[in-house]
Amino acid sequence: MKFSLSWLKEHLDTDADMQAVADCLNRIGLEVEGIENPAEALSAFRIAKVISAAPHPQADKLQVLSVDAGGEPLQVVCGAPNARAGMLGVFGPAGAVVPANGMVLKVAAIRGVESNGMMCSIAELELGDDHDGIIELPDDAPVGQVYADWADLDDPVIDVSITPNRQDCMGVRGIARDLAAAGLGTLKPLGDVYKIDLSTPLEGSDPAPNVRTDDEAGCPAFYAQSVSGVRNGEAPEWMRAKLKAIGQKPISALVDITNFLSIDLGRPLHVYDRAKLNGALVARKARDGEEIVALNGKTYALDASMTVIADDAMVHDIGGIMGGEHSGVSEDTTDVLIECAFFDPEHIARTGQKLGLTSDARQRFERGVDPAFLENGLAIATKLVLDLSGGTASAITRVGQAPVTPRIFAYDTDYCRRLGGVDVPPEEQRNILERLGFSVTADWHITVPSWRRDVDGAADIVEEVVRMVGLDNVMSVPLPRADGVAKPTATPAQSLERKVRRAAAARGLNEAINWSFLPQKAADAFGGGAWALANPISEDMKVMRPSLLPGLLSAAQRNMDRGASSVRLFEIGRRYFVGTDGASDERATAGIVLAGERTARNWATGKAERFDAFDAKAEAIALLKAAGVATDSLLVMDDAGAHYHPGQSATLRMGPKNILAAFGTLHPATAKAFDLDGTVVAAEIFLDAIPLKKASGFMRPAFTPPALQAVTRDFAFLVAEGMPANDLLRAIKGADKDNIVAVRLFDRFAGQGVPEGQVSLAVEVTLQPTDKSYSDDELKAISDKVIAAATKLGAILRG
Amino acid sequence: MSDIETLQTELMAAIDSADTLEAIEAVRVSALGKQGSVSALLKTMGGMSPEERQTQGPIINGLRESITSALATKKAELETAELNRRLSTERIDMTLPAPDIPRGTIHPVSQVMDELAEIFADMGFAVAEGPEIEDDWHNFTALNIPETHPARAMHDTFYFPDDMARDGQKMVLRTHTSPVQIRTMTSQEPPIRIIAPGRVYRSDSDATHTPMFHQIEGLVIDKGIHLGHLKWTLETFLKAYFEREDVVLRLRPSYFPFTEPSVEVDVGYSVINGKRVIGGSEGWMEVLGSGMVHRKVIEACGLDPDVWQGFAFGTGVDRLAMLKYGMDDLRAFFDGDNRWLQHYGFNALDVPTLSGGVGA
Repeated sequence: MKFSLSWLKEHLDTDADMQAVADCLNRIGLEVEGIENPAEALSAFRIAKVISAAPHPQADKLQVLSVDAGGEPLQVVCGAPNARAGMLGVFGPAGAVVPANGMVLKVAAIRGVESNGMMCSIAELELGDDHDGIIELPDDAPVGQVYADWADLDDPVIDVSITPNRQDCMGVRGIARDLAAAGLGTLKPLGDVYKIDLSTPLEGSDPAPNVRTDDEAGCPAFYAQSVSGVRNGEAPEWMRAKLKAIGQKPISALVDITNFLSIDLGRPLHVYDRAKLNGALVARKARDGEEIVALNGKTYALDASMTVIADDAMVHDIGGIMGGEHSGVSEDTTDVLIECAFFDPEHIARTGQKLGLTSDARQRFERGVDPAFLENGLAIATKLVLDLSGGTASAITRVGQAPVTPRIFAYDTDYCRRLGGVDVPPEEQRNILERLGFSVTADWHITVPSWRRDVDGAADIVEEVVRMVGLDNVMSVPLPRADGVAKPTATPAQSLERKVRRAAAARGLNEAINWSFLPQKAADAFGGGAWALANPISEDMKVMRPSLLPGLLSAAQRNMDRGASSVRLFEIGRRYFVGTDGASDERATAGIVLAGERTARNWATGKAERFDAFDAKAEAIALLKAAGVATDSLLVMDDAGAHYHPGQSATLRMGPKNILAAFGTLHPATAKAFDLDGTVVAAEIFLDAIPLKKASGFMRPAFTPPALQAVTRDFAFLVAEGMPANDLLRAIKGADKDNIVAVRLFDRFAGQGVPEGQVSLAVEVTLQPTDKSYSDDELKAISDKVIAAATKLGAILRG
Repeated sequence: MSDIETLQTELMAAIDSADTLEAIEAVRVSALGKQGSVSALLKTMGGMSPEERQTQGPIINGLRESITSALATKKAELETAELNRRLSTERIDMTLPAPDIPRGTIHPVSQVMDELAEIFADMGFAVAEGPEIEDDWHNFTALNIPETHPARAMHDTFYFPDDMARDGQKMVLRTHTSPVQIRTMTSQEPPIRIIAPGRVYRSDSDATHTPMFHQIEGLVIDKGIHLGHLKWTLETFLKAYFEREDVVLRLRPSYFPFTEPSVEVDVGYSVINGKRVIGGSEGWMEVLGSGMVHRKVIEACGLDPDVWQGFAFGTGVDRLAMLKYGMDDLRAFFDGDNRWLQHYGFNALDVPTLSGGVGA
């Protein structure tokens, strides 16, 4: 909401300067977003007289002027056809910046003749669109004075952000009222501002316009008055200047009047050209399939939920949002109908949302305009039409009733202290409320003014009092603190997530945060996404991710494109599924992508080494360990997912069903889809699948190191090439649980000496004696058990 | 000179002149080996008379001891010399680079969330969570934002198609962390003190807006809580977070449908080396939205607003990170650029603690 300081002062009697006004606005909750003073950009431009004008020796269309701008006469080359001796205009000296184009004026030769600045047009100073020639000022304009001062342009424009609850401040007058209540000045009576007696209606003679409402829900009240014999010329300069100052383009007197009242009083109106109307003008629901070409030139398809104003022939207005082009006023308009209606805020909001159409009128009606301001709103509009465009007013038609039932409730003045934290004496509270237009009975029953739709309870009253008293006066009060030091607050799931995150970073991985949404194709390639947005910001951000890997792979690819040789990324976030109850099922997950080189080429180790699937496995196991999982007992099984290399990937499971992690080499097709060259490996840890540890105190079991030293025995077996090594290790470990405490594979070999289709696996078995050292017989017995267990799997002991 | 003395002199000379471990071993064998000269003398002692042994014994044993000791000394000398010679050939250029260990990092958003959790834990706030795909009721209606409310249009909501609706509720990507207020109030008994950090979404994209970002919500519901407690909480939190005592707040009345009164909070900054640094009051930056929880919201959660009241606040986690650590482009937060992560990321061991300072 923009307005100029002088505009505000039409309603507010105050000596306050711009800064005081801005400070007060911020203090009472009307946030100042910006202040611009057009005079600041024009401070270098002065009123100047053209002393003489002679033809330019080199150019037909140019003249050489001698200009008096308050000092020595200056020579200026000028191309304006209206430049002539004796005229007064606006001069920009060298060094001035032309607002329209940012050009810095310089002393320069134009076609061989020196020019010391520029005589300016309206457009160049951004004071209007007129660029036919230079500005012509009246003869009595003071030569040498700063033009902006003389022209009263020193009038800052304030941009205030109005929160959606404050419909009353969608007009300059409402803002003035708030400032007056805050003690910044006095609100002038509305009748004085418009020089109108608002106590009696401005009623002309019959016939009154034929209007009615058939849609009392959408348009409960419809007031109308006609004015005939108008001449729709230009609005007067004071109105044009105000509109221009806030960036609105003056159009014609009748249009400008409605725009002006919308800003000045927050009261949208519509003016119809009566010559374009057929029969009664009716507020009704649109019929499905009806259309309107609105004033913005666009065609809108209407439906039966929308309130419109229509005559016998067609729809003329999307009620309370935008008028139609057909019956809009033009230069030729002679008879008008002024509509001052009340539209239901919810209806307006729904229609506006459906049509995707915003307008000054919608912004005001959907916040809810003052329902008690139809009579006076219409009177002021009619008066302005009569004053500015002439004509004769008709009688007034008043149909329906706006919802003006007064809201009254009891208020306990102590609530201000209890909720607002500031103790304001009751009498001061009363004064504040009365200045804001509330009426307060002796026993504290409060009547809310009709323009404050936002106030509907005691808490709102506290807000009014507190904002007028000033939040600075609310004193800080510490929250009560529980005894002792702070208690731990993290849930087990939160603690787990933190541990995994820190563990990943400690292992050299960099945490990224990627978008939760993916392109459809990427989601499909990773199992498909259950949640696709109806209104994505782009096709690349459409489906809620079923996996963290696509985001990480895209990030890896961007890094590679920037020349990275090694990428180690992880992310902890959610994957999105649909639960059985239709609600969102969001699963905490850690994703890891390793791409490029594990180690760069190096003086000690030679060539660069790329990541392989075991790097991914190492990360998966390390992070599961960090999450408290006993990883030794996990099953290593297939089915990591179609995005992995089918022969170089696996899942880690706690029991055959519960998948805690998947890892492996990425499928080459997947890597290619993300433009990643070479081997890329990845891991996913499904944090939601990890059983959370139950709190069981801090006591650890006693430390009981074995009394005797462990012994190791090595075995080498030939097994079929396809047999998982882990099967052999598990079999051996289970061969004699009382004695075998560890089994470690230390060699895997195929080639010379090993039959085709077989591999040699060498394992180190650790045996732990308990009460006495092993005898040779005992060792042999254990050894036999190991060999038997291996043999059962088809393994052959190597000699 | 006796024979023994002569032998000793000879052996000592041999030991002295031995210059290799082999040579010293040869001397040892010649003296103390089975056929050695000293061993031979020791053997003669068996055939001696007690008187003779009385005199000769100490002399012969003395010889053996002095030779043994001289041999050991010389051997150690030679071994040291040999070791030194070997070491001198084993010199490595210690300016060569050691193996690189990659440095991992924690994302600033995670770090700041941990910082906030630490600070608020001290004030008794637990960390609450809620779904990012929310229903319309939790995201809007229960927060006193009915369907036609102008505030809805301001939220630039991402919607899911109607066929994903649940119990007639349209599903949306939560536009703020405020629905966690509702989920907390409907699932636990007051008194309540929680913070709720997490991802939120708005259909908005430019230099300062990304369609996904992070917010943190705070909620206190108790008896007798008022605006003064809110002010204290925010001051205390911001001072602790920025680790500066000169943090100044400016509260402005504002509007949020779910709070009444509503308060927007600006924090004062100073300009140091052309950068805005929190502290002082040269200028003001909007950092927080807050207010006393609206009666209708408390009612919607099944609590009695005449008994329970409290406050709520919300702010951007990404923005808090930027204000403290100086990043200036929000989009980079979500780009995964290794260089950025290395620059702005945190070490794994920079775990925020109150004793060590939450900032790193």
